Amino acid sequence: MKQITVALAGNPNSGKSSLFNTLTGARQHVANYPGVTVERKEGCCRHKDYEIRVVDLPGTYSLTAYSAEELIARHFILEEEPDVVVDVVDASNIERNLYLGVQLIEMNAPLVFAFNMSDLAKRRGLEFDLEQLSRLLEARIVPTVGNKGQGRAALLDAVIAAAEQGRSKRIHTVRYGSEIEEELAKIEKAVVEREQQLVDKYGPRWSAIKLIEQDEEILGQVQHQEVREIVSNSIGHLRSIFRDEPEIIMADRRYGFISGACLETIKSSVELRHDISDTIDAIVTSRILGLPIFLGLMYVTFFMTFTVGKYPMHGLEMLFNSLALMISRHWPADSVLWLRSLLVDGVIGGVGGVLVFLPNILLLFLAIALLEDSGYMARAAFVMDRIMHRIGLHGKSFIPMLIGFGCSVPAIMATRILENRRDRLTTILVIPLMSCGARLTVYALFIPAFFPPRWQGPVLWIIYIVGIVLGIVCARLLRMTLLQGETMPFVMELPPYRMPTGKAVFVHTWQRGWMYLRKAGTIILGASIILWAAANFPRPDHEVSANLSEQAARQQVLQYSLVGRIGQAIEPAIRPLGFDWKIGTALIGSIPAKELFVSQMGIIYAVGAEDRKASSLPDRLRADYTPLVGFCVMLFVLISAPCVATAAMTRQETGAWRWAAFQFVGLTGLAYVITFLVYQTGRALLG
Amino acid sequence: MTKRMIQGQDTASAGDNQMRPLSVVRTGERVRFVRVNAGRGLNGRLAAMGFVPNAGITVVSNNHPGPFVIIVKEAKMMLGRGVAHKIMVK
Repeated sequence: MKQITVALAGNPNSGKSSLFNTLTGARQHVANYPGVTVERKEGCCRHKDYEIRVVDLPGTYSLTAYSAEELIARHFILEEEPDVVVDVVDASNIERNLYLGVQLIEMNAPLVFAFNMSDLAKRRGLEFDLEQLSRLLEARIVPTVGNKGQGRAALLDAVIAAAEQGRSKRIHTVRYGSEIEEELAKIEKAVVEREQQLVDKYGPRWSAIKLIEQDEEILGQVQHQEVREIVSNSIGHLRSIFRDEPEIIMADRRYGFISGACLETIKSSVELRHDISDTIDAIVTSRILGLPIFLGLMYVTFFMTFTVGKYPMHGLEMLFNSLALMISRHWPADSVLWLRSLLVDGVIGGVGGVLVFLPNILLLFLAIALLEDSGYMARAAFVMDRIMHRIGLHGKSFIPMLIGFGCSVPAIMATRILENRRDRLTTILVIPLMSCGARLTVYALFIPAFFPPRWQGPVLWIIYIVGIVLGIVCARLLRMTLLQGETMPFVMELPPYRMPTGKAVFVHTWQRGWMYLRKAGTIILGASIILWAAANFPRPDHEVSANLSEQAARQQVLQYSLVGRIGQAIEPAIRPLGFDWKIGTALIGSIPAKELFVSQMGIIYAVGAEDRKASSLPDRLRADYTPLVGFCVMLFVLISAPCVATAAMTRQETGAWRWAAFQFVGLTGLAYVITFLVYQTGRALLG
Repeated sequence: MTKRMIQGQDTASAGDNQMRPLSVVRTGERVRFVRVNAGRGLNGRLAAMGFVPNAGITVVSNNHPGPFVIIVKEAKMMLGRGVAHKIMVK
């Protein structure tokens, strides 16, 4: 079994991801490039005699040194030297897509082109003379339709053929015109004489090209001052001839090369029609209808998520409850009781509480995937941009924030679509304020307990709005103080509207749902076990609890334990908020995952799992607290520290613990201050 | 609207070969890219996306406060007004 490595490159929106999924199926693995937060997607497949490792490079328009994604793509190709690079090209939009292809040609990468979305191209009336074009580009070209799985075998055949052929010297390459070529020759000579490391790593011509483009990464590797001066002189000379940066002129020449190749080989029999798409755009982004349409779609999304999701959610709840019961009943009496408690209370209680939300979350991701794949999201980004811009954020920020209403973990991951680091940091820090599904469990307990039916809907609405408003205010503050700077200029490609295919939508939905599951399986499991230990040890003496009912005994154990003690210790600190040690204990207990708040309250009030949903726990709460306190508890839960999984994800995406710590401490502090104000004001007003 | 922009509009109707910012080009018009008044970062990014000297740009929609939508190199794109203002065309 021979092994080869294939890298997938291409523009964003070229359908690269679908093609990657088609090639690798379920055999994928997502990790991180070391030291950076850009995702590395790898998968593998088998074809004929070969085991093929496929690496999905970040989608880029070019291979400059301006962004982390481009540098990553570039490094992978230059340093890890894959056997083949497949450039995924949107066949209905060839010229712009081939710009990246030309850059790959200049890097002398062994190339195969996948002309993706070839069905769309055909419908648009585009005809390709692939043989001719292939000769001009000196690379095999395979038409594919990524989201339908067409062209897979042919592509793999071409990949294998290219791998077996190996690298060869190119005949057709971009010529930049006599003036630039003259300077390139000068620099090449200097590089060959003085900068051996550049020759070894990149080759003389590519190095010269990058140096004239003032590529920061390559410039930084030049060791000799004389070489730097030669480059500088060349650039100055070219600037005076062209009255523009050489970089721009070279981009122009590349497009010229592409134009030339395309003119000979591509015929368009139908005028490019944008009419219908334009009409839809005009409506969807209009000043009058745009925002209402967007809000309407959001409402439908959430409605579907919570109502349709209710049924599988109940199903899962029953499943976990019966699992817990089964373990309790069949456990040999008096043997290793702590293990039984660990399994039932710790593992099933903790992890089960998280998994129960999986249907809701999957539905939310499904809706978002539909909106993204159809092309609507790009338009919505515009509609939101005006609002976002006033806060100091990019229009695209709203997408991760939207996902945050389901779960913060994949939401933070989704901030990758923001190119500007400051935009990204700000968005990551305020995402927890978009009240997630876990916090909903707390509201679902407290709202019916304290408010009459007529008020329940509005109160829930108020909580969510408070979260959103606070998010906006905090983002604004952050942008004005710590994270100052220009927002990225708004340049966004508008992909054509497409009918989302079931397969693609399913894969997108599943990828995010899987992240949620992984969070549950790892962090929450670990944290639940630690929490269980902290809530069960140290234990009171046996004699003391021997005569109590099971519920009462558990209540006492909790009070005696580490968690209980901390809860009691902080009571004086939280009393100005209207909280007591019971609430304090539950808050501590919900640090790993917000869902645990409810189960902790249940234990504190010595209410069994079965009674929790029925009247007893809400009744007990009502007896102990006023509606004002109930509201304040929800407020505190809304704003305060995000769960452990969120903090871990923040750390991962920002690359530093201090941001995760800042988020944690900052939000908790904010929660304290606001709850304090609300409680004291409420008490003063209500007497 | 700054005085420069108003002047730009006047000269635009007078002669189409005058350089003007993309932001004043009307819906449906076709122009050619000249340069971008911005730092190398935006410059380079735009160049890679097709904004090279003499590239054809078709303005699909310029109805403020709606989005600024153009077609360049057969791809439809949306630009912020700030960006559109920095792009010079003729």
